[in-house]
Amino acid sequence: MEIIQVKNLSKTFNGKIKAVDRISFDVKEGEIFGFLGPNGAGKTTTIKMLTTLLSPTSGDANINGYSVKKEQAKVRASIGVVPQEYTADEDLTGYSNILLLADMYGIPRSISKQRIIELLEIVELSSSAKRKVSTYSGGMRRRLELAAGLINFPRVLFLDEPTLGLDVQTRTAVWDYIKSLKNKYGMTLFMTTHYLEEADQLCDRIAIIDHGKIIKIGRPEDLKSKLGGDIIQLSVNNPSPELIRLLGKIKGVKDVKKDRNEYRIKAASSETITPKIISALSSHGYKVTRLSMMKPSLDEVYLEYTGRSLKEEDSGFDKIAQNRMIRISGN
Amino acid sequence: MAAKEKVRFPSFLRTIVSLSNRDLKKWYLNPALLVISLIQPIIWLTLFGKAFNLGSLFAGNAGSAILTRIFGTSSYFSFLAIGMLAFITVSTSMMGGMSIVWDRRFGFIDKILSTPVSRAAIIIGKIANSIVRALIQAGVVLIIAVALGMTVSYITLSGLITTFGALFLLSFGMSSLFILLALRSRDWQSQMMIINLLMLPLLFASNAFFPVAEMPSWLQAIANVNPISYAISIGRNAMLGIPTSSSIYLQMGYLGAFAVGMGIISIVLSWKLLKG
Ligand SMILES: Nc1ncnc2c1ncn2[C@@H]1O[C@H](COP(=O)(O)OP(=O)(O)O)[C@@H](O)[C@H]1O
Ligand SMILES: [Mg+2]
Repeated sequence: MEIIQVKNLSKTFNGKIKAVDRISFDVKEGEIFGFLGPNGAGKTTTIKMLTTLLSPTSGDANINGYSVKKEQAKVRASIGVVPQEYTADEDLTGYSNILLLADMYGIPRSISKQRIIELLEIVELSSSAKRKVSTYSGGMRRRLELAAGLINFPRVLFLDEPTLGLDVQTRTAVWDYIKSLKNKYGMTLFMTTHYLEEADQLCDRIAIIDHGKIIKIGRPEDLKSKLGGDIIQLSVNNPSPELIRLLGKIKGVKDVKKDRNEYRIKAASSETITPKIISALSSHGYKVTRLSMMKPSLDEVYLEYTGRSLKEEDSGFDKIAQNRMIRISGN
Repeated sequence: MAAKEKVRFPSFLRTIVSLSNRDLKKWYLNPALLVISLIQPIIWLTLFGKAFNLGSLFAGNAGSAILTRIFGTSSYFSFLAIGMLAFITVSTSMMGGMSIVWDRRFGFIDKILSTPVSRAAIIIGKIANSIVRALIQAGVVLIIAVALGMTVSYITLSGLITTFGALFLLSFGMSSLFILLALRSRDWQSQMMIINLLMLPLLFASNAFFPVAEMPSWLQAIANVNPISYAISIGRNAMLGIPTSSSIYLQMGYLGAFAVGMGIISIVLSWKLLKG
């Protein structure tokens, strides 16, 4: 069953900024579906429309069978949201924050109190439950938001950049929390990210989004294998123009490119072809000085479809996020 | 499709209580806020009511008669004290809108808006929070005024209830109005500016310091539509026995219309303004 159905959804700001441009996709029940794209691609805008915080300029979407345009209250009752920013009330304790949300969902106190204890247990915040959120670290706040997003046992949980601004260790920990929450409660997950590894590790299917448009949808493995296999990079001691032709003639090689002093070879399987390449080169008198093999990453996929690498943008953005973290921990 | 039955909605009252309790917590867990907000009315009470002692200017029986003719009581301090009850009520109600500016800024409103809670409950929760604070502060100001020598001979339980009923309606209307203004403003500085800009003129264009009859006619015109005047006039009638210019029921009705009108306008407009 398709628990999320999106049809020609668009959002235009101020009559000219097309933040989301006629996107359509479906998400199956129980799936982890990811939106992968750089800053400004339209990920948050999409989530805000799917969670009824923004009205679409055109198009519609159904969540759990309810239209985000016409049955907003029912959509809201079916979903949980973990927004991009930390939204908990700093003056309240972690526990009171979730209790307040539980009241908003109309969950009887007799049930909600038990449930909060259980959720805080899973995200390992039990011991800080009665502390004010202003004393929490970035990772703890993120975990609190995760637990809060699940208080109504939603059919669909929306996560907007769930690990933005967290250091690598905390990030992997958050992935584990997400996985164990998913295992326990079996909800469908819709998440956005601009981290390649996150999309790769966590998502069953991803949509690559850029400039408000969906460019490609598929399982990460499929997207990678569609690229046409592995990549072998090598350098030799005495490069010459005929080398490209020589490499191209080896059976199994799909493509050869020269990038400064390095040769970039695309092949279906790097393990079987590398020995052949080395012996062919040495029989023509070339000596291989450096060689590396790469399985294609999602970044290659991203590069292929958008013409840009997400890695470069990633690192710049991480610096900003890191600075923010330092400021948070500084006070 | 069995999934469709699981949708649950919260009770309206429950969400209002929860939301306003959240705001109230910030206040009663921070007593400094309470004390600071009491400073201004107390300064005015002691400055105008005690330091510039009109009573000593009009000493003797003749003077007392003049005071009674102008103010309706020979104790200007008592006259002013009721004005200060309205002042603290209005200033506290105006600040009620501030928290909504913060809540939007930090995404808290978005979080609440993504739950099935009714939009009206969010606004009414804010109004309720504002009213509770305002009435408690008014109670504190009254106690201080009595301690400083306000006339108590007329005070009855029904008089107290009538006075606080009028203050309740005043607070309801003012909170709604300022929450509405807060929904429009992007940052707390501009909201603060609006409050500062309106506070004193609203107070001076009322009967808080002087009876309307003694004002120039243009000011009378404003004071006669200013809901603050009505709350004060009801309070002075109920607590000090000063006669009102029109029926007390009519005045209460005016305040009620102000409260309900402002409440409805802010709830209806919040539909559009809460988003984005
Ligand atoms: N409220 C808004 N008003 C005007 N432009 C907006 C607004 N929100 C987002 N945008 C623009 O829409 C585009 C997509 O933004 P967003 O959805 O936040 O991207 P992402 O979450 O992928 O980083 C950006 O160009 C952003 O500047
Ligand atoms: Mg975003």
